[in-house]
Amino acid sequence: MSEPKKPTLDRADARVTHASGIGGTISAFIDQVKSGDLGALPVIVGLVIIWTVFTILNPIFLSPNNLVNMLFDCSTTGVIALGIVCVLMLGEIDLSVGSMSGVGSTIIGVLWVNAGVPLPLAILAAIIAGAIIGSIYATLRNRLGMPSFVSTLSGLLALLGLQLYLLGATGSINLPYSSNMVNFGQLLIMPAVVSYALCLLPGLVMLVVGLQTNAKRRAANLSAGSSTGLAIKAALTTIGLVGVIFYLNLGRGVPWMFALFVALVLIMNYAFTRTQWGRSMKAVGGNAEAARRAGINVRGIYVSAFVLCSSFAALGGVMSSARLASASQQAGTGDVNLNAIAAAVIGGTSLFGGRGTAFSALLGIIVIQSIANGLTLLNLSSSLRYMITGGVLAIAVIVDSLARQSRVSHGRA
Amino acid sequence: MTTAKTPTGELLLSLRGISKNFGAVSALTDIELDVHAGEVVALVGDNGAGKSTLVKVLAGVHQPTSGNISYRGKPVSLSSPAAALELGIATVFQDLALCENLDVVANIFLGQELNPFRLDEVAMEVRAWTLLNELAARIPSVREPIASLSGGQRQTVAIARSLLLNPQIIMLDEPTAALGVAQTAEVLNLVERVRDKGLGVIMISHNMADVRAVADRIVVLRLGRNNGVFTPEASNQELVGAITGATDNAVSRRESRIAEEAL
Repeated sequence: MSEPKKPTLDRADARVTHASGIGGTISAFIDQVKSGDLGALPVIVGLVIIWTVFTILNPIFLSPNNLVNMLFDCSTTGVIALGIVCVLMLGEIDLSVGSMSGVGSTIIGVLWVNAGVPLPLAILAAIIAGAIIGSIYATLRNRLGMPSFVSTLSGLLALLGLQLYLLGATGSINLPYSSNMVNFGQLLIMPAVVSYALCLLPGLVMLVVGLQTNAKRRAANLSAGSSTGLAIKAALTTIGLVGVIFYLNLGRGVPWMFALFVALVLIMNYAFTRTQWGRSMKAVGGNAEAARRAGINVRGIYVSAFVLCSSFAALGGVMSSARLASASQQAGTGDVNLNAIAAAVIGGTSLFGGRGTAFSALLGIIVIQSIANGLTLLNLSSSLRYMITGGVLAIAVIVDSLARQSRVSHGRA
Repeated sequence: MTTAKTPTGELLLSLRGISKNFGAVSALTDIELDVHAGEVVALVGDNGAGKSTLVKVLAGVHQPTSGNISYRGKPVSLSSPAAALELGIATVFQDLALCENLDVVANIFLGQELNPFRLDEVAMEVRAWTLLNELAARIPSVREPIASLSGGQRQTVAIARSLLLNPQIIMLDEPTAALGVAQTAEVLNLVERVRDKGLGVIMISHNMADVRAVADRIVVLRLGRNNGVFTPEASNQELVGAITGATDNAVSRRESRIAEEAL
């Protein structure tokens, strides 16, 4: 280098090392993991182990059609887990999402099938019901200081009662098999062309947005990442996605229902990371008093989180009624609650608040569903399935706690 | 009691008869305080004198039990921190009130993010560096979570945040307690700069040297009550007397009367 360049605005401090090149990026990543900032690493390691074990035990597990089936199953509970991410982000919990989803599916049955209300209105009614329940939880917390753990636990029972009351004596309402609704939940698959086209988008967006940001940062005299690195990242993402889509298209293909779930994840990811609301969510989850003093409407944030959580739960219930072609007393009971919460935690959203991503719902539910699916393929009874899923959740929480301790000691809270 | 010279700037903030009770404890009783534009008011007092409580009342964190606050001649109620910020009262709290899980930029812009529906990270980062450089801050990276910063660095971030909104009044609760020599000087420079810009500054400090260096008036609180207003020229003995309560006898009253006549 002939002449020393003036350091950019954010590189003036000589004490800080900055990762450069591919080697630097890798070692920075290792440091980050060592300090307890695990990100998606545990879930990916876990997924590789789970898939390897189940494939060895039963090769059908990894067949394209089984995976497609799994994606159908993922979507319903995944949407519920997405709502759970919202409340966990604040360090709160909603234990009633299972019952809420049951109520959601019941509303579809009662309004659409029994009362003949147009389907879109019935779906809207279910989501509004979720929003109302969520705002009740938020009000209990904001005005009466009721811990969400208690309010939603009582909500779990009350909503289950509501579900049984709405279903009446029959206890089960079947959705018409030939309807679009049931098709959507069981059959509708994206045309291969569409799925390939869509899977090119993430890499493309990554590249365009990344290049724009880099240009903007350079213009503002800030350091910017290398364009080559960006291109490599985008290319790897695209290749990975094309591989996955190709494999799924060997079977039935990508379900539209799963596409809906992924779309919701992407929307929430944008909201969490790129909007003032998402920033406020993280701030309230990290230190609610500091957020209040910064002028954030903390109560409003609680309302938004609980309303979103219950609305997503209701939507998940609507989707599961389509998946099961019925609204029954069993909808939303059993392990739905635990699976949704477990998915969010396994995916890397902290139970302690202030940390989490929308993608944790996606990754976590794939882990949970893989276990459920693999154990079903092995013809194991549900008693064993519950025990194993419970064990996996315990491990996920342990990893979360240990990582948190490590972050505190490494000053990354 | 000495009377300080009459400030010239516009009367920004005026407190009359402010009391704050926490249950049976009267943290503040009948507090009076005026802050003018272009003036540095130092609040001094022993531990438990009610300085931080007063600051929290002005910041909208606590609501006073009784009393009136007027801002630019109009009565106001500081019902929430957001209301205080909106009026232009910015605060650097002693317990810093930063979110440890967020990075420096996010903390500086907390609640005031640029472009709420598509955060403008680049512009925010540039503005954050500009503010920090004004304070001669030694922050290694604005993209690290606050948890990785030292106490002094956090203090600087908190001060930078208070400057973000171009406030009319800045309140600094123990701004130099955690700072090194150079950063302390920078904060004092900064206090003078914002005063010269016509802002009102309320500064709490236990460091008499710092207080004398920048304050135009020194307001002493003792056990939640006003205990005298002094000029920086007042002797250490007078100040310490007012702070510790040793003035509450005939001798000190006589001394203060003589001092008053001398002015």
